[in-house]
Amino acid sequence: MQTDLDARGFDWYMDRAVAVGVFVGGISAIVFIIGIFLFVTREGLSFVIGPMDLKEFFGSIAWRPTSIRNPTYGILALMAGTASVTGLAMLVAVPFSLGAAIYIAEFATGRTREALKVLVELLAAIPSVVWGFIGLSIMNPLIIDLFDVPIGLTVLNAGVILGLMAAPIMTTIAEDALKAVPDSYREAAEAMGATRWQVVFQVVLPAAKNGLMAAILLGVGRGFGETMAVLMASGHSINIPTSPFDSVRALTATIAAELGDTAVGSDHYGVLFTLGIFLFLVTFVINLTADLVVRGVREQ
Amino acid sequence: MAEIAVETRKLSLWYGTFQALFDVDFRVKKGMITSLIGPSGCGKSTLLRTINRVNERLGYVRTRGTVEVMGEDILGEHVELARLRKEVGMVFQRPNPLPLSVRDNVLFSHRLHRGDTSVTKADEEDLVEDALRQVLLWDDVKDRLDRKATRLSLEEQQKLCIARLLPVKPTVLLMDEPTSALDPKATKALEELIWGLRGAYTILIVTHNMAQARRASEECAFMLMGKMMEVGPTDGLFLAPRLPETADYIEGRYG
Repeated sequence: MQTDLDARGFDWYMDRAVAVGVFVGGISAIVFIIGIFLFVTREGLSFVIGPMDLKEFFGSIAWRPTSIRNPTYGILALMAGTASVTGLAMLVAVPFSLGAAIYIAEFATGRTREALKVLVELLAAIPSVVWGFIGLSIMNPLIIDLFDVPIGLTVLNAGVILGLMAAPIMTTIAEDALKAVPDSYREAAEAMGATRWQVVFQVVLPAAKNGLMAAILLGVGRGFGETMAVLMASGHSINIPTSPFDSVRALTATIAAELGDTAVGSDHYGVLFTLGIFLFLVTFVINLTADLVVRGVREQ
Repeated sequence: MAEIAVETRKLSLWYGTFQALFDVDFRVKKGMITSLIGPSGCGKSTLLRTINRVNERLGYVRTRGTVEVMGEDILGEHVELARLRKEVGMVFQRPNPLPLSVRDNVLFSHRLHRGDTSVTKADEEDLVEDALRQVLLWDDVKDRLDRKATRLSLEEQQKLCIARLLPVKPTVLLMDEPTSALDPKATKALEELIWGLRGAYTILIVTHNMAQARRASEECAFMLMGKMMEVGPTDGLFLAPRLPETADYIEGRYG
């Protein structure tokens, strides 16, 4: 046999190079996420092992990191701020996004559907500072006029803005979940005489419920981590809200607003990074849960 | 003369600009099993799916001519699709139970159609048992009624897909190659079950399997290129076909 089976040509080397390149790209996500986590942890660690008092940290509403004589680091009010804004945002976003997803996936056809999909994606691409600006300059006077309250930068304002921000991405994911329901289910139900609403409510939604749950969870994660719009629209005052017309301050907004004014390595600097660790862990858990929920759907 | 359950007159059908049926005149006798045979793409599935109008899901289907079920026009504007589909049930090529429990599958259609009439749990249990007994599935699944139907074997799934049509007491059962996804043993079981349902229901079954048409149907219709070629008692059609095309097809010269 004359053919040299061991010859390695250009194609062979190219194939190897591409394989290595793609591998590096693939694991870079892992490298970055671990790197970021390590960095945030390192910066926050000095506070965690130093002046941090768990009871005060989670149980006190007094956030006074700049007090010279007696600084306190209670994040209860900040957590309440984040939770109230995110909660209200979900009340706004869930009906909107599920409605939009059901319409796009099950009812709209042809051009309408394509146009809607593009618009929803466009909506998802609006920078958060623009949303914040809308909260500040449109929603604020609107809320003051409408409800006759002294200030419009409140839970209501930030919640609505955040809900509108989270809705497009939730719509896209929910629509994917609905699309993943095999058409044979719809055909079977329709052939038995189900109307389209009956098909949607009795067959498609139950079949897609895990994917829809994941969409909502990712929306929650998005709301939780959003900073700029919340900072601009929530009023930024440390407060446990008792009504939607109270101003609050979110965890993320606190970091964004204060980090620039701290001395590197100080307790204040450290506590802000500790907030970062906390946010990181919470969003990690939310995303992981969403992922597991989606996996649940595939196993069925 | 036997009563006619389904009758089409000059039925033509287009998918967009493609004409799939050409002036089909076809009568299905009540309480009989009629098989529809013909090569792929001859329009037999299309004809079947027109009878409960499930092919209108596609959205670009046009028809001309009439289809009557028990003497009533079903293609008109006034026809309530839900009512028609209660009267005319459909079994698909691939078993497609809904992702619900076995019990909920059997009751799905009944729950859609019963309106406001009150039905007790005991009534529902009776309906489920009765339907599953009719399809010879009761003994196999009676302990698994709360399990997901999609976990059953394919044979059980297809039997369930027949069972779920029965609680609403349909007149006609349409079956589109109901055994093509099944192995030979399951095919035999399905054929026996279908044979047992004759008399109680009018059954129209599309098959590409001529042996199946021969052993499992009383009447047989042969279609070719969207046209109804020949209809008659199964034995007669297979032993002494009237047309040369029919003879060539059943002898396997094409198709």
